[in-house]
Amino acid sequence: MAVITAEPQQPDLREAKGWRRTKNRIMTILMVVSFILVIIPLGFVLFTVIAKGASVISWSFLTSGPIPGIVAPAGVGGMGPAVLGTIEITALAAVMAVPLGILGAVYLNEYGGKNWLAAFIGFMSDVMTGVPSIIMGLFIFTIWVLHFGLSGLAGAFALGCLMLPIVIRSTYEMLRLVPNSLREGSYALGATKSRVTVTVVLPAALGGIVSGALLAVARAAGETAPLLFCIGAASEVNKNVFSGANTALPSQIFANANQPYVGAQDRGWGAALTLIALCFILMIVARLVTARFARYSR
Amino acid sequence: MSTITRVDPAVPAGSTRPLEQRRPLGDRTFAILALSSGLLVLVILVLIAVTTTQQAASWFSTEGLKIFTNNWNPGANQYGALAFIYGTAITAVIALVMAVPVSVGIALLLTEVVPQRQARPIVYVVDLLAVVPSVVWGLWGILVFAPWLQHIYTDIASGVKGVPVLDSLFGQPVSGASFFTAGIILAFMITPIVTSLSREVIATVPAIDREGAYALGATRWEMIRGAVLPHSQGGIVGAVLLGLGRAMGETIAVALVIGSSPTITSHLFAPGYNMPAVIANQFGEAFGLSRAALMGIGVLLFVFTIIINVLARGIVERNARRKRGA
Repeated sequence: MAVITAEPQQPDLREAKGWRRTKNRIMTILMVVSFILVIIPLGFVLFTVIAKGASVISWSFLTSGPIPGIVAPAGVGGMGPAVLGTIEITALAAVMAVPLGILGAVYLNEYGGKNWLAAFIGFMSDVMTGVPSIIMGLFIFTIWVLHFGLSGLAGAFALGCLMLPIVIRSTYEMLRLVPNSLREGSYALGATKSRVTVTVVLPAALGGIVSGALLAVARAAGETAPLLFCIGAASEVNKNVFSGANTALPSQIFANANQPYVGAQDRGWGAALTLIALCFILMIVARLVTARFARYSR
Repeated sequence: MSTITRVDPAVPAGSTRPLEQRRPLGDRTFAILALSSGLLVLVILVLIAVTTTQQAASWFSTEGLKIFTNNWNPGANQYGALAFIYGTAITAVIALVMAVPVSVGIALLLTEVVPQRQARPIVYVVDLLAVVPSVVWGLWGILVFAPWLQHIYTDIASGVKGVPVLDSLFGQPVSGASFFTAGIILAFMITPIVTSLSREVIATVPAIDREGAYALGATRWEMIRGAVLPHSQGGIVGAVLLGLGRAMGETIAVALVIGSSPTITSHLFAPGYNMPAVIANQFGEAFGLSRAALMGIGVLLFVFTIIINVLARGIVERNARRKRGA
């Protein structure tokens, strides 16, 4: 019989050995760990809010008023005025900020092109996204509340200032993705610039614009700081968003968070769950719109 | 000599104006509308600066440079804001120290390790952190997180008792609502933006650099160290600065968990205060000079964040341009 000689072990050159390999492993594991570090607090927050809020929320909690004082036990009154206030104020802010933001982005991308003014406005609009939200509140307090008093409208102005640069940025990104051949095609048919923009460019980017606007609305709906000095603290339903003190879910959560009373804390958790649900719904709708309607994506 | 009138083909016979000026009224109106919406951004920023400074004028003029002293005592009409500036800096630094390594780690995980298809859900999860409203972080922070942290702080404080430097950083007094708690909550809140910007920056690293490093036999980590990080350094610095701006301006969550005590101390587990939090907590009941002082703190905060954001955007933009040119 032939002697079976052991074949010389071929070293695997594809993978590093020893310390280099270990180091690579460690670093990969650290990257995974950093993701886990993010999941833990997120899961913890969502779990707590759902666990504590679910028992509080009922139809009458969401719709009935008035909002009781902080010492009232759980189960009295409801957050109806705050739910209505949040919807009113955020919707009004969106009505003001979204069209202006889209127009601003149209200027930046369609009209401004590469001139210095457009570049400067684009840059400053990015800077404006970093302005703290409480500054917006102080600003609207100064120019509006001092002269005309507290109202839902003032809150909407503050939230609008917050949303404007976000809408400009997201719309601008979407307009940039619209292929130039579409514009050239419609110019060739003799359309004016405004007509090209309104009937060709904006519809082509509509999916992305809508989803960007929804994300901006979701961001604004959860903001408390701009509302603090603008809308006051009503406990009754105020259907007139243009005058008189109003209230909103974030303001109510803030007012209840620091209280030692169990009833107040429960109302805080219930309002928190309502607010988070609202924001998540807006975000999910935005994602669905992107997935379904966006024609061009990055 | 006969005069030859030059005929512009774009001008129809009988019209004296060139085509450019014969745009329909609606078209011009639209252009002006778009331009003014764009200018609105600049107008708002200028108005913020001017109107709030006017409101704060009496604080700046009566206190002068004493605004940078550490005596916030509205009862005695003394309004030195140093404690708030200190608190803002400390909480922001704590937040960055925790958030930056984690954010860059996730960004590397998303771009270098996980395949594109599986990166999507991870991005969604990280973005969820940004969707949780500030006030909900605060509510959870003060009612659930802070009481839990207080036990840990107490244990750490008794552990470092007597150790020179550590004792003055992590020793008694401890409180659940403190600089450190605020810093942790801020870290959660700025992680999404730092992650997404770092990811964008890292994605611009040319594939050739990566492949070159691999071809030389580098492991994945060696490739990241040698090709990805040097290439994206500048952009990551920009992302970190933007995170810093966010951390400085974040209001409501911090107002609930920072402990509301205007003190300057090296004890990170002690209650403190920062600029946005003091505005949120005290502006509602403030009048006269104290309102001007709080407005003035807002002006300082606005100036700080504008400077940081201009720097950060400048870095990010310059980086992006260099990448495009390369």
